[in-house]
Amino acid sequence: MNVIPRIVPLSEQGLTVEFGETIDLQTNKLVLDFAATVERATIPGVMEVVPTYRSATIYFNPLLTDAAAVTAQLRLLLATAFPATDPAHTTHHIPVCYGGELGPDLIDVAEQSGLTPAQVITLHASVTYHVYMLGFSPGFPYLGMVPDRIVAPRLPTPRKQVAAGSVGIAGSQTGIYPQASPGGWRIIGRTPVHLFSLTRPQPFLVAAGDQVQFIPIDMEEFRDLSSDHT
Amino acid sequence: MEGFPLYGWTMPPDQPPIHVLRPGLFTTIQDLGRYGYQRFGVSVSGAMDRWALVVGNRLLGNPDQAAGLEITIQGPELLFEQALSLAITGADLSPTSNGRSLPMWTVIPMPAGSRLQFGMRRQGARAYITIAGGIDGPLILGSRSTHVYSGWGSLAGRALKKGDQLGVGLGGTMSAQYVGRALPASHRPQYRTSPTVRVVPGPQADRFTENALQVLVGSPYRVTSESDRMGYRLRGADLIHRTSADIVSDAVTFGTIQVPADRQPILLMADCQTTGGYATLATMIAADRSLAAQLSPGDSLSFVVITPDKASDLFRSTHAELDRLLPPRSVSDSRAFL
Repeated sequence: MNVIPRIVPLSEQGLTVEFGETIDLQTNKLVLDFAATVERATIPGVMEVVPTYRSATIYFNPLLTDAAAVTAQLRLLLATAFPATDPAHTTHHIPVCYGGELGPDLIDVAEQSGLTPAQVITLHASVTYHVYMLGFSPGFPYLGMVPDRIVAPRLPTPRKQVAAGSVGIAGSQTGIYPQASPGGWRIIGRTPVHLFSLTRPQPFLVAAGDQVQFIPIDMEEFRDLSSDHT
Repeated sequence: MEGFPLYGWTMPPDQPPIHVLRPGLFTTIQDLGRYGYQRFGVSVSGAMDRWALVVGNRLLGNPDQAAGLEITIQGPELLFEQALSLAITGADLSPTSNGRSLPMWTVIPMPAGSRLQFGMRRQGARAYITIAGGIDGPLILGSRSTHVYSGWGSLAGRALKKGDQLGVGLGGTMSAQYVGRALPASHRPQYRTSPTVRVVPGPQADRFTENALQVLVGSPYRVTSESDRMGYRLRGADLIHRTSADIVSDAVTFGTIQVPADRQPILLMADCQTTGGYATLATMIAADRSLAAQLSPGDSLSFVVITPDKASDLFRSTHAELDRLLPPRSVSDSRAFL
């Protein structure tokens, strides 16, 4: 490993292991490999591991262990060559109906980038995205990076309500709102796929480290697929 | 949330024993929170004042994680269809039943047909009604806590409203064995409107000017009206970043003090998101979350910095002290409640 991660206390119950300060694939893969390694190591007293773009926070129960013991274990794991990204990570094919009322910001994104809406769609669906992390709301995947031509800033004022399944762009990130919520990303389409369902053994469809490929569909297919999912 | 399966009901909800006559200002079902899913973006949530919730549960002989009602500033009016026992802990909002004043921090029998009401706020902001057997409802990812931002939890993830009916866990309505049991008066908290809470330096403390922590502890911060279960926006002396307020998102927790570009701190509370994009200066210790949970807009908050080791000692001593006063129902339950 060519970086020496910093371990800093988040609280008396959490330690954050920082692998970098930027959004980049190499850093994030280190984070995810490390997070998976910590989970497999089942360190006594460790409750939960939360990977982000560039760090992994390890939450522990101070009644069962202490920061020094956990830090020692984490350093040990950092010193060993933890395995490369788990090949079991899934590629998800997510159908998206772009534009219209399902993608109210598609035209703005196109105008701002000097492209036609069709070109924005082609570019957005041309990339296999890496899932950097989940956050913001249950099951919300942060995906990157969108092609440079369709990078678009957040809305100046967030919407009070973004529909479930909405696919948006914020800077060079793209993401999917798993459920209706307020949101400031530019919405270019919507997927009929449910990103989480508590009736599934694994409630969340997408995990950090997975890959996402968007498949453009039309309104008719969107309706068909929507009824399949209900 | 539509389509959620009703996992974890322990009693058929055909005869819900509690009727909500008036909901109060903001009353939600809360337990100790939803752990293990933060990596999927699921907020831990749970009671703002976990200590007060756990005291109520232990008085009643409930497991620590049994769900209760969290009441904010102005209490609900409830009608009990069946006899049960309950305890009211946390803020003193002048509870009464059929005109009689009810003691706080004490197991009280509620006969069938009795009503529970609240009156003037004497101290604190959040009271807890815990009920023998616990409030029932769907377990979602291991918790009954309501998270209104994502619409998760009992009652479709919302606060109580008039006409709601609440169920009670198995055995709850017939349990009377702990009636009269009380937390010793010497151990009941006195909630102040200007408490001092302890913090440890946060992961991005080095992103602030050298004296930022001294500024934080130098004068009190006021709790503004933009404050809720997700976090409190505080107003006071400016906390100055070295460069930018924005960071690449990092994990945040209940107690994180993050500072956006306006240099005014936000104290994250129980419903906070799992990650945040503002530099964090410090983290309030878990043992002092109860003090912050009992504040309302207009109150103020002072900070003092301690070491993480000291914070760990306080975490353990807070648990040990309560275990001594009111042992947990099951000694094998080594889960921390803070």
